Amino acid sequence: MFKIVERERVNPVVNKFVIEAPIIAKKREPGQFVVFRLHEKGERIPITIADADPKAGTITVYVQELGKTTFQMGTMQAGDEIADVVGPLGNPTSIEKLSGEMFVIAGGVGAAEVLPIARKHKKIGNKVVAILGFRSKDIVILEDEFRSFCDEVYITTDDGSYGREGFVTTELADHLERGRNIAEILAVGPAIMMKVVSDLTSHYKIKTMVSLNSIMIDATGMCGVCRVEVGGETRYACVHGPEFDGHKVNFDLLLKRLASFKEEEKISLERYQAAVGGEHG
Amino acid sequence: MADAKIPRQAIPKQSPKDRVRNFNEVALGYTPELAQLEAQRCIQCKNPFCIEGCPVEIDIPAFIKLIKEGDFDGALAKIRETNLLPGVCGRVCPQEEQCEKVCIMARRFEPVAIGRLERFVADWEIKQNKMDLPEIASPTGHKVAVVGSGPGGLTVAADLAKLGHKVTLFEALHKPGGVLVYGIPEFRLPKAIVARECHILEEIGVDIRTDFVVGRTASVDELFEMEYEAVYLGLGAGLPWFMNIPGENLVGVYSANEYLTRINLMKAYKFPEYDTPIRVGDRVIVVGGGNVAMDSVRSSLRLGAKEAHIIYRRSRKEMPARNEEIENAEEEGVVFNFLVNPVRYIGNEQGRVKQVELLKMELGEPDASGRRRPVPIEGSEYKMDVDTVVVAIGNGANPLVPSSTPGLETNKWGYIVADTETGKTTKKGVWAGGDIVTGAATVILAMGAGRKAARSMHEYLTTGKW
Repeated sequence: MFKIVERERVNPVVNKFVIEAPIIAKKREPGQFVVFRLHEKGERIPITIADADPKAGTITVYVQELGKTTFQMGTMQAGDEIADVVGPLGNPTSIEKLSGEMFVIAGGVGAAEVLPIARKHKKIGNKVVAILGFRSKDIVILEDEFRSFCDEVYITTDDGSYGREGFVTTELADHLERGRNIAEILAVGPAIMMKVVSDLTSHYKIKTMVSLNSIMIDATGMCGVCRVEVGGETRYACVHGPEFDGHKVNFDLLLKRLASFKEEEKISLERYQAAVGGEHG
Repeated sequence: MADAKIPRQAIPKQSPKDRVRNFNEVALGYTPELAQLEAQRCIQCKNPFCIEGCPVEIDIPAFIKLIKEGDFDGALAKIRETNLLPGVCGRVCPQEEQCEKVCIMARRFEPVAIGRLERFVADWEIKQNKMDLPEIASPTGHKVAVVGSGPGGLTVAADLAKLGHKVTLFEALHKPGGVLVYGIPEFRLPKAIVARECHILEEIGVDIRTDFVVGRTASVDELFEMEYEAVYLGLGAGLPWFMNIPGENLVGVYSANEYLTRINLMKAYKFPEYDTPIRVGDRVIVVGGGNVAMDSVRSSLRLGAKEAHIIYRRSRKEMPARNEEIENAEEEGVVFNFLVNPVRYIGNEQGRVKQVELLKMELGEPDASGRRRPVPIEGSEYKMDVDTVVVAIGNGANPLVPSSTPGLETNKWGYIVADTETGKTTKKGVWAGGDIVTGAATVILAMGAGRKAARSMHEYLTTGKW
């Protein structure tokens, strides 16, 4: 069992959890994820590690409420225990000294996932520019954290309620247009956002990595549900990824595979919400 | 003396009509009367071939004699001298290829039903609500890490724990048992049996650590830093193989590993009570002819498929599945399509599979495996509507441990190179066995490899000689 030591609702749809997992806390590197199973009847879901404190033996994750499991997790409090937390999984992000600027682009809760990567880039001396996109002002997260170390931070909201109105690509397009010396781009967020970022940057031939959020079960290279097509070849996000060259990823396939169990996910969520009386706060 | 007039006793089963609607065990097991009757058929050979036929060398005539005499506890204790997983082995070992194949009775009659008798005594103990533990040697002070809690890892852990070594069993999933838990369905091997046999290990001092992925959570070298002196790698199946044909990544095309893991480990057949979903639809095809294919196709019927098909590129004779499992599948109404092979899958707008294109085959000359090679018949393509496809054509090697372990040699397919007699790898202090060395095989072969490795590990631990 893995104890939740801290739980905070950071916006109307995202919860932050600090969880006791000493071995993972010591071992994890930016870009890696864990798999959770909340309880005996629970499913296994992958979630990227946002932060870790090796001394305290804890990891931090940000979880957006999307389906039954994440809503149920949102009801858990400090002191509650999660049945299983396994990791760190996936390959760490490759972070090197670059000849130009590092652009990190995040959509929604993806901000939590790029945070440790951005931090490490800064630490080894890269110039880091962050573009963070959210639906609206009330769900903006981690802005202060990014501002505390990034060279530049840009916020976009779909409805224009905060920062610049538009998508991350609205902002990114300007920087590309201005011909900035961008060495590498990392995009993390919903599959559709990673797709449009990759489409945009492919015209400029700038290396663009994306962190794929496939469905996973064991997440150790046994079941094969996380398979994706990269450069026409089947790859497994759990052992070969989760980061791949965005210009080579077949996003249409990824989007379809992510929707594999859409109907079942709806049944599961509705059944859960009926059982808890529609409350999920 | 044995009575040649007694026929081999059939094992009572759920009727096909009932069992295709549930996940309960198909074979119900012998009653004490049936077991004693079957035991009378053993002629107690002076030089029994059956023991040699058993990869873990159970003293088969001795335990059968005890059953005949009504000493079921004694029979179980006799088996446990060499095998701590009788409930598992009695159910899933291919006895017809091993102990029963060489049984002297088989020359004129039918072989003694050794597997069914082994299972009977294991089940007897559960019914009596007891757990007799084997004797454990006094602690040696040596620490051993066993990686992977499938049949091979369980055997190594049991053998070394009995010899007094302190064993930690590392498991990546949330439950111990490996393929016994995620792969083999409840209707063939109830998970309570696996849980119980794992629990016996804990009772004899094995520390089972689930949620621990060696190669990620800690590397093999880090296990040595944690003061483990010897490491056994029983990593099991790796990345599932696909055929590399168009449409294999469509929604609704599962690897058998995924399909069975959803069902067995995650209990998707109880969705939405359990959170993990599975979608089956009306018509399922399973590509392959092994035991995993049989498990997948039979599970499909239990999940409500109206039609469940096996698609196999050779003929029935070449199918690697156990005959017993093929017969069970036939009784349950599985449709067998022989001498056909998928060439592509066709999807709908949502990217979900809706059709398969199949190509007819004929048998040509024998290939390297000795089986006649299937040869495509040109122009024989035809289409079939499908809702779900399960690809059950085997697994490659899992790369996590080899890629994180300097000095551990693998072959060109990624399998770990290990000595067939001792299980020793190219890295000092590290042994390996089972599917990660041989590619997909059987439970009992993994156990046999574990048995040999445990002997070698014990020698290393006590003498320090590599």
